[in-house]
Amino acid sequence: MNVPENLKYTESHEWIRVEGDVAVIGITDYAQDALGDIVYVEMPDADLAVTKGDEAVNIESVKVAEAVYAPVSGAVKDINDDLEETPELINKDAYGTFIYSIAMSDPSELDGYMDAAGYKAFLEAQE
Amino acid sequence: MGEGNLKKTPLHPLYSVRPGVKMVDFGGWDMPVQFANGILAEHKAVREKVGLFDVSHMGEITVKGPEALIFLDRLVTNRIAGAGIGQCIYSPMCREDGGTVDDLLVYVMGKDDYLLVVNASNTDKDFDWITGQLKAFGFDARAVNVSAQWAQLALQGPDAVKLLTPFVKDLNPGDVKYYTHAGTVKVAGIDVLLSRTGYTGEDGFELYCAAADAAALWKVLEDAGAEPCGLGARDVLRLEARLPLYGHELKDDISPLEAGIGFFVKLDKEDFNGKKVMAAQKENGIPRRVYGLEMTQAGVAREGYEVFPSGAADGSEALGKVTSGGRSPIRESFIALALLKRGSVKIGDNVEVEIRGKRKSAVIVKTPFYKRG
Repeated sequence: MNVPENLKYTESHEWIRVEGDVAVIGITDYAQDALGDIVYVEMPDADLAVTKGDEAVNIESVKVAEAVYAPVSGAVKDINDDLEETPELINKDAYGTFIYSIAMSDPSELDGYMDAAGYKAFLEAQE
Repeated sequence: MGEGNLKKTPLHPLYSVRPGVKMVDFGGWDMPVQFANGILAEHKAVREKVGLFDVSHMGEITVKGPEALIFLDRLVTNRIAGAGIGQCIYSPMCREDGGTVDDLLVYVMGKDDYLLVVNASNTDKDFDWITGQLKAFGFDARAVNVSAQWAQLALQGPDAVKLLTPFVKDLNPGDVKYYTHAGTVKVAGIDVLLSRTGYTGEDGFELYCAAADAAALWKVLEDAGAEPCGLGARDVLRLEARLPLYGHELKDDISPLEAGIGFFVKLDKEDFNGKKVMAAQKENGIPRRVYGLEMTQAGVAREGYEVFPSGAADGSEALGKVTSGGRSPIRESFIALALLKRGSVKIGDNVEVEIRGKRKSAVIVKTPFYKRG
């Protein structure tokens, strides 16, 4: 299973790329594979204030609807507009396709998340 | 997952270990929801070329005897009398209250000899119902559940005839008429009950063979170029073709008239289970009906989501609920079937579907969503 270095990972299978005070968020390769063909991504509004743990995004696959939780608190900064027309980009390249980003109000909220090695171990424990 | 308790088809060992296949508990059966190429690729294969499904989980029940025919015409809503040997007849099977026990295919195999193909998860319920009805009416016929002996493969798509033809010596598969069967023929040397039937809205065949021959038959068809397809693709295909799925559009408490398949209810035949109730429904108007809708705001309308009139205030009464929904690759839109108060909407009306607390707009559209050209 593909798990790049230099990202942080949540137990709900989001990846986080930290760029200064901004957390760029997507879902992991494991998550996209489990979801199957993604047909729709319901995005949050720009500037929406989110609290860690909020259901910020909903991903609809052919099979299921899955929430993507806000891993940190802050304000929604960018959303990936490409996903409106081509949500399958997530299936094709889960780590190269961000979903949205959050301007963090408290970067220390990142402290609890796993690094690549931790996430790999987490995935193996799930098998 | 409790996989040990799930039933497995004769083809399960062949594909369940393949990389990329995803298995799911489908009514107590461990079935492939998709193969490695994914649901969209499988859907495309069936619409444009040819796909191969393992549908061995479906149940087969034989009904034989001097009074088999009059019994069946009492049991199911469509007309069996007058159907010649070789016909395959689709019919709902109802209770006296008009609720639907199952929908099934009746194969006319010979004089006094019928094969009923029923939904997998209903097989035991159906068999109990059928034997109970036989006893209650006292007809001279016998029902046997032969499901375990049979495997069933579905070969579906515009290229199905072309793919199958080189393997069948006794006849030209293209000559088998839609909704008939050819009896037992040799397909690549294997005895197969071959019918021109399916559940995808495409041309195609269903092939019944002995459980022991299933893997060999599957390999022949797959090696010839049929794309292995799972239940995920099957569900999208049947939804586009507006074919009802038992447990969704048809249920114990939904009559075939409400499901919009009144064509298969012959109210002019002799008494049959559910006739009185459905005749009254027809006379007085059915309370609910299945409508097609297409989202005009993106979102997947899934089963159980409520449908409201356009602009209805919060707390106002719903028109009904979605029974099946998903994304239609062929229409490139989100489609759904919904059981709504009859007469509350008409084609072209705007409605709203409540998706996770948010109302998303949709329009009532004509069905089927897809009809092959």
